[in-house]
Amino acid sequence: MQGKSELMTYFAQQLKVDIGCTRADGLVSLQSTSCTGMCDQGPAGLVNGYALTRLTPSRIDQIVDYVNRDIPLTQWEADLFHVDDNIIKRDLLLNEKPLKGQAISATFARGLRETLAEIELSGLRGRGGAGYTTAWKWTFCSEENATQRYVVCNADEGEPGTFKDRVLLNSYAESVFEGMTIAAAIVGATHGFLYLRGEYLHLLDKLESILAARRAANLLGCNILQKGVDFDIEICLGAGAYICGEESALIESLEGKAGIPRNRPPYPVTQGYLAKPTVVNNVETYVAAANIAIHGGAWFAKLGTAKSKGTKILSISGDCTARGIYEYAFGTTVNTILADCGASDVLGVQVGGPSGVFIANDEFERKIAFEDLATGGSFIIFNNTRSILDIVHNFSHFFAHESCGFCTPCRVGTSLLKKQVDKIVEGHGSAGDIVALEELCQLIKNYSHCGLGQTAANPVLSTLERYPEIYQAMLKKISYEPGFDLDKSLETARRMANRNDAAAHLAQVEN
Amino acid sequence: MTKTFVIDGKTIPFEDGQTIMQAASAAGVYITHLCHNPQFTPHGSCKLCTVNVNGRNCSACTFPASEGQNVTNISKELNEDREKITQMLFVEGNHFCPSCEKTGNCQLQAVAYHLNMTDNHFPHFFENREVDASHPDVMIDHNRCIFCTLCVRASEQVDGKNVFAISGRGIDKRLVVNSPSGLLKDSALDVSDCAAHICPTGAILIKRTGYSVPIGQRIYDHAHIDAVALASEGEAHDH
Repeated sequence: MQGKSELMTYFAQQLKVDIGCTRADGLVSLQSTSCTGMCDQGPAGLVNGYALTRLTPSRIDQIVDYVNRDIPLTQWEADLFHVDDNIIKRDLLLNEKPLKGQAISATFARGLRETLAEIELSGLRGRGGAGYTTAWKWTFCSEENATQRYVVCNADEGEPGTFKDRVLLNSYAESVFEGMTIAAAIVGATHGFLYLRGEYLHLLDKLESILAARRAANLLGCNILQKGVDFDIEICLGAGAYICGEESALIESLEGKAGIPRNRPPYPVTQGYLAKPTVVNNVETYVAAANIAIHGGAWFAKLGTAKSKGTKILSISGDCTARGIYEYAFGTTVNTILADCGASDVLGVQVGGPSGVFIANDEFERKIAFEDLATGGSFIIFNNTRSILDIVHNFSHFFAHESCGFCTPCRVGTSLLKKQVDKIVEGHGSAGDIVALEELCQLIKNYSHCGLGQTAANPVLSTLERYPEIYQAMLKKISYEPGFDLDKSLETARRMANRNDAAAHLAQVEN
Repeated sequence: MTKTFVIDGKTIPFEDGQTIMQAASAAGVYITHLCHNPQFTPHGSCKLCTVNVNGRNCSACTFPASEGQNVTNISKELNEDREKITQMLFVEGNHFCPSCEKTGNCQLQAVAYHLNMTDNHFPHFFENREVDASHPDVMIDHNRCIFCTLCVRASEQVDGKNVFAISGRGIDKRLVVNSPSGLLKDSALDVSDCAAHICPTGAILIKRTGYSVPIGQRIYDHAHIDAVALASEGEAHDH
């Protein structure tokens, strides 16, 4: 959205390498990537796994020069790698900077059972998007008959357009770790994992040093604060697969296997990591839990709606003047948010990322809430210069690329969907193609193994419902249209036959 | 008292720990499937055994039976969708039944007939897939692989060899062979292994046995797959 294709072309020209290839001298390869969680400071890239932000032609010139002179990454100008927090609107959670250990001390002072009761009272639901009640998840895990349990923080923030977990881990990591420690004390886990998306490699050293300092302060390790609780946290890096944001695929990945979602039941709370009861929560959920442990459930529940308590941290990107992190009480309308971030002439908003929903500009009185617009935090604004079909085209390619391939409907279906969208976008669609498109969407949605497949058709379904005329306008007015360019397909035959006369060409449609 | 649930109006007894598929097979109710084989740990990937349990779609081969479930197995919608899932498998690979040695013994083909599939519906991928004929006794035709992982499970769970695995992601997923060269000839596979004989399609074939049973006398030439499956697998479930 921020001129990626022009910059890619420029990058390729300057590096003298084709996109998707490695240069002959082996020094550099250039590839395209999906969202790396830098939408508020894009266009962004990754070099040797480290994030590059705010790319411009002049910054690209600088990078090309470093590459050509074979300068090691450690000697590149630090500003190339500078990542901003861009926190624009703070509320309950972002206003709080608890003292180190404060949430854990408060938990021990109140009692574990009593703290769990406060978390239940707060109405806290999982912030990854699915919205399962946090206190119930912890309770079920603690009630399982097991000798070992695990606590996992899902920081595989891969949904395109979301980057709030990056900011929480950069500036609120103590609260994340306190939240995990409280969960561990309550469910009885001694070992925890932070599953960090590979694209956030730049945060790894900082997070490791925070963990080390917490161990030194007896906030992790054996007998935490002399209260008889043992718990430590290990950081595991993801390898770039979107599917590992799904909790059971994440657990498979933690176990060193390919990221493929498990059959459920059993759910992770009964059989998770190494088949032991495991709590998996989002980064923001742990931050909320830590603050609830300090301030109590009522403090949190005073904001929000009846079914969605507290606040939601949004990652706002796209066509607006102030991209960044915004924290809102649940129940806030899209109109309010659009006014705050300086969006005008808005075509629509993709709420919850590609797996969420695209809402049109006559729906902006709708609210951010589990019962209306549920979201893990991605909020991408499109103005009227954008094309609906370009957006859908991009998202359908994304899902086809990210399908793990385990089940038939998603493996084959997302690739068929990509082809069908391409066919329509490229102008080869005819009368039956919209019906075929919708039928395919329903099949993928209703039969896929996990949330990826079940939501992969959402970009098509939600735009088809709102803008059927845009799809219809792409169709040829004939009953049948080949799904490819007929004349272009004959090019090889013409070359081999050394012919290029009129009779060697075929019209797409017989006149 | 025996616990029961209901499939299409019929009361099915089950024991704790049984899946819907296991209880159904034991009670003589066929649910379409390809990646499931009662000898092995259920996989739940082909999605042909999708049934509706109390309003929600579930894979019968992995979903536990429980008291009072109301399961829809046969409905126009489910069967039409299962047909489309089968068509997906056909267009993903390169399946030419008339020239395939497995015709008449092939579960993919038999399921397609069972679901009254008459065309491929979706556009073909025409993927370029390899044939590995390096092994003296067994060949792999990747054109016909449907990623059911039965060979993977058989090699691991019965042969104790781990000859096969599935590698890659999405539509680029492929069956791979555990050998230094990646070829079957350099793997531990023996023609007598369970993994060499478990393939439901013609992706893994035994050399020099082609057409030993003439077309017309093969498993599904005279019996439908539901009857064949219930006769063989129903028993296996009982054990």
